[in-house]
Amino acid sequence: MKKMSKLRLGICLLVVALLYFGAWFAESQLGTNSMLITVLKKGAVYALIAVSMNLLNGFTGLFSLGQAGFMLVGAYVYAVFTIPLKKHAAVYQYYNGGIIQFELPLVVALLLAGLAAALLAALIGLPVLRLKSDYLAIATLGFAEIIRAVVQWDSLGPITNGSNLLKTYPTFNSTKILGSTVLFPFLVSGVCIGIILLIINSTYGRAFKAIRDDEVAAEAMGINLFHHKEMSFVISCFFAGIGGALLAMFQGTVQANSFKSAMTYDVLLMVVIGGMGSVSGSVIASFLYIACSEWWLRFLDNPLTIGSFQVPLLRSGFRMVVFSAVIMIVVLFFRRGILGDKELWNIRLPKQKTGKRVKA
Amino acid sequence: MFDKILPYLLAGISVGGQYALIAVGYTMVYGILRLINFAHGDIFTAAGFFMVYITASLPMGISIPLVIVLTVALGFVLERVAYKPLRTAPRMSVMISAIGASYLMQNLMWYVTGGLAKQYPVLPWLSDSVQIGSASTKVVSIVTPILTVALVVALVMLIKHTKIGMAMRAVSVDFETSQLMGIRINSVISMTFIIGSALAAVGSMLFFTSYSTVTPTVGAMPGLKAFVAAVFGGIGSIPGAVIGAFIIGIAENLIKAAGYTAFSDAFTFVLLIIVLLFKPTGLFGEAAAEKV
Repeated sequence: MKKMSKLRLGICLLVVALLYFGAWFAESQLGTNSMLITVLKKGAVYALIAVSMNLLNGFTGLFSLGQAGFMLVGAYVYAVFTIPLKKHAAVYQYYNGGIIQFELPLVVALLLAGLAAALLAALIGLPVLRLKSDYLAIATLGFAEIIRAVVQWDSLGPITNGSNLLKTYPTFNSTKILGSTVLFPFLVSGVCIGIILLIINSTYGRAFKAIRDDEVAAEAMGINLFHHKEMSFVISCFFAGIGGALLAMFQGTVQANSFKSAMTYDVLLMVVIGGMGSVSGSVIASFLYIACSEWWLRFLDNPLTIGSFQVPLLRSGFRMVVFSAVIMIVVLFFRRGILGDKELWNIRLPKQKTGKRVKA
Repeated sequence: MFDKILPYLLAGISVGGQYALIAVGYTMVYGILRLINFAHGDIFTAAGFFMVYITASLPMGISIPLVIVLTVALGFVLERVAYKPLRTAPRMSVMISAIGASYLMQNLMWYVTGGLAKQYPVLPWLSDSVQIGSASTKVVSIVTPILTVALVVALVMLIKHTKIGMAMRAVSVDFETSQLMGIRINSVISMTFIIGSALAAVGSMLFFTSYSTVTPTVGAMPGLKAFVAAVFGGIGSIPGAVIGAFIIGIAENLIKAAGYTAFSDAFTFVLLIIVLLFKPTGLFGEAAAEKV
């Protein structure tokens, strides 16, 4: 059995390595600005965010809708601390160059982005995690809105640049690995998702799942409910913060106003499509979701004429209608999503469902 | 001092009335289905667009009832398509379905309108200016609170004294038992959505008369605020929702008067969180059996 699991782990790592190589190869062939590479980068960023949300919603059963707020914190912390000093005057033109007169190395800023989001989550979690289901959802949604308002507050302008854009910080173009922009988001995202997987398969992860399945029973088994909920919330928000920072890197500019609740809903829909409680499902769904909304369904937005026949309905905006209709169908009729609560690597072993999880 | 605040106060009362009409829809649906109907704000927006398109070809006297009928139909269809198939599903699934429905409706509206803000038609008389003390305002801001209170009183009478109202109260107390007592759950739930949507349609007429443009996502924020109002007043309680809505509307405008416009939206959520933490049943809510 143990040998088997090692074999599986090996195969999984090999597949991941092949995928990374594939992405690198694709970029060297197609160039950085091709649609595929853009989708891969954005997909990797959203994969991390979706998995972080899944940890909370799918594994711990806490229906939180605050993800956009924590992404915003991550994105801002990253951007604020990495804008090169020379550019401060230009970026903070309305605030006399801002008050932060130093810059941090990229990796430190990235970690700090996660930590800031986690710290905020720890504070918010204290009161909010006592609430249940839809009250928790609406309270976290509310907090995300409050964060958005506070960041745009004029008095914080010297730090956050108010409601103006933050820009000129390092993007994926300045983190090339082997001459490729796609590897950095893949690596960061991959490492983070790996850590989340390890957490899920640890005792803590099992406690999270126990809370999801039955709070009363979990408490009776000696699991400290609040402690574990808070832990899950903080971990999830840490990675949401890093995800937000990566999103900022992807976009090249960041503005608080774009982190609306619609962004949380996007991530939530990815989680649902992939399957609540499946990490690999969330990853696959994120790439599919981004690819569909950014690329594969693009043709629906452009009027199409075959011969003299004008195909009806095709015009700007139709893509999103079709897309959201498909999502609705998934939500209504395929409630378990792509993978349900299984993982890709143990999907062929239905007997192991109740037994040990195979992958470490 | 008072002269300065008066226009904000009037605006607050007016906005409060508009929120109240939306909040009633939330609180009724929540009372019965225990579901935050995230798509309610979009029904409200859709009512705005119906008005824009219908008045383009029909006279006002026909348009207004037609808009209400169409909005009601939309609410009915929404419930049948997005919520009814999930009657036995976990609450989380229904909520996700609500979010999905809201997303679909927003995208549909974006598609139909091409994403452009549409000018809301000028409703005769409601858009006229009127002078109160030193403040000049539109007739609509005075009509709104009166109409709101009248409609809500009518609704409370309906719930207290008619058969369908009794059925609604029964269903909100105990879903399963009322089913056993021979109440047709589905028609009661449909009725709830019909009433909620009709009030949202009226609310949208009043709202857009003061705001004049309609965009596909304009309903999201008033929708959320109306929900907060419903929670504040005690979810499931109709008078509570109305009072909550007026308080939020007025407080929001007073914050604007104090010069903190950026925080007028955030204030609503701060209020929500305070209420949830200290009195989760709200001002007039009954103590729920389930610990919140």
